[in-house]
Amino acid sequence: MAEKQFKLEIISPDRSFYSGAATMLEYRTTEGEVGIYADHVPMTQIVAPGIMTITEADGEQKKAALMSGFVEILPEKITILAETVEWPEEIDKNRAQAAKERAEDRLRSGGGSIDTARAELALKRALIRLSF
Amino acid sequence: MASMIDIKRRRESVTSTQQITKAMKLVSTVKLQKARTRAEQSQPYFDKMYATVTSILQKSGNIKHPYLTANGSEKKAVIMVSSNRGLAGGYNNNVAKLLTESDFKKEDVEIYGVGHKAMEVLARKNYKIVADHSNMIEEPNYGDALKLGREVLDRYAAGEIGEIYLAYTNFKNTVVHIPKLVKLLPVEIDETKLEEEKSKVPMNYEPEAEESLDMIIPKYVCSLIYGAFVESHASENGARMQAMDSATSNAEDMIAALSLAYNRARQGAITQELTEIISGAEALN
Repeated sequence: MAEKQFKLEIISPDRSFYSGAATMLEYRTTEGEVGIYADHVPMTQIVAPGIMTITEADGEQKKAALMSGFVEILPEKITILAETVEWPEEIDKNRAQAAKERAEDRLRSGGGSIDTARAELALKRALIRLSF
Repeated sequence: MASMIDIKRRRESVTSTQQITKAMKLVSTVKLQKARTRAEQSQPYFDKMYATVTSILQKSGNIKHPYLTANGSEKKAVIMVSSNRGLAGGYNNNVAKLLTESDFKKEDVEIYGVGHKAMEVLARKNYKIVADHSNMIEEPNYGDALKLGREVLDRYAAGEIGEIYLAYTNFKNTVVHIPKLVKLLPVEIDETKLEEEKSKVPMNYEPEAEESLDMIIPKYVCSLIYGAFVESHASENGARMQAMDSATSNAEDMIAALSLAYNRARQGAITQELTEIISGAEALN
């Protein structure tokens, strides 16, 4: 079944990450996991760290780690302004592992509430990177 | 007339200076190319960012939000983006001038310096410099912009500073660079532009617009800072390329003038020598 396509554009500050047609897009927002098809109501959402899955017109799925940014959804077009976004092959596993250990250390030792929140976020990001 | 040996020495010195300026011009041309590509690649991000922020603000109307209204503090933080190296014509001075020629009161201004050169100028004029992030301009990256952005936003949120400005050089094209002073916070939007966008589809927000503002405005500020980094970086190399190009051609003119003077002096010396020999020979006869 030919599903309706929409135009997907993912841009980060230093490059155009992805540009093409897709039939479905899944990612995590601050409100939870979402999946978007074409003809969605216009909406702007804030991205939470998670795995983004792009389903292209031919059914092929592409995964990427989407860490922060926001998404603008229009019926025919979705634009993601991503502060940090990486393809699986771009992820530096060693760095992620180190970041994970650092964040865990920080969480164990306690500290201020801001530090804890930051460490939790860092841990989440590290875990996402390691999951590929 | 200067002696032959003096002219020769001078010409040699100008020639070696010219070699240096020529090399510097080539280096900055290559760097410019790189910096320009980077500036161009990040352009769509800023355009979209600006469009989104304006459309949210337009929709949210007259809401009261700390990022939109003044917090009462008189202090102005100015992020001053210049370069760490000179020999770029008026590039660094033009950025510094934005501030020295503005109507800001000196005692209200706190400088966040990115790049030594403009900072040195301002330090001489007794401006207060609170932070030095000069290493950030060497190789602009988004992480650095984020760090600096957080630093100023934290102080803004704490009420220590009331306004945040950004002084940088806008990269129009290779030869046109315009120094600019823009206000980051509180956000001011162009009313005329708002009117044009009103006809567009109504946008929904998740979370609500006010909450979204909380998260989007910091990203907006950081992206503008990053934009200022990449554009200034490109402008710096453009300015240096131009400065070195004119230095090289000036050196060429000087070498031509010196060569002429040298040849005249040489010819003059030969003529004089001949005259002396001939008159000496005539005296013997």
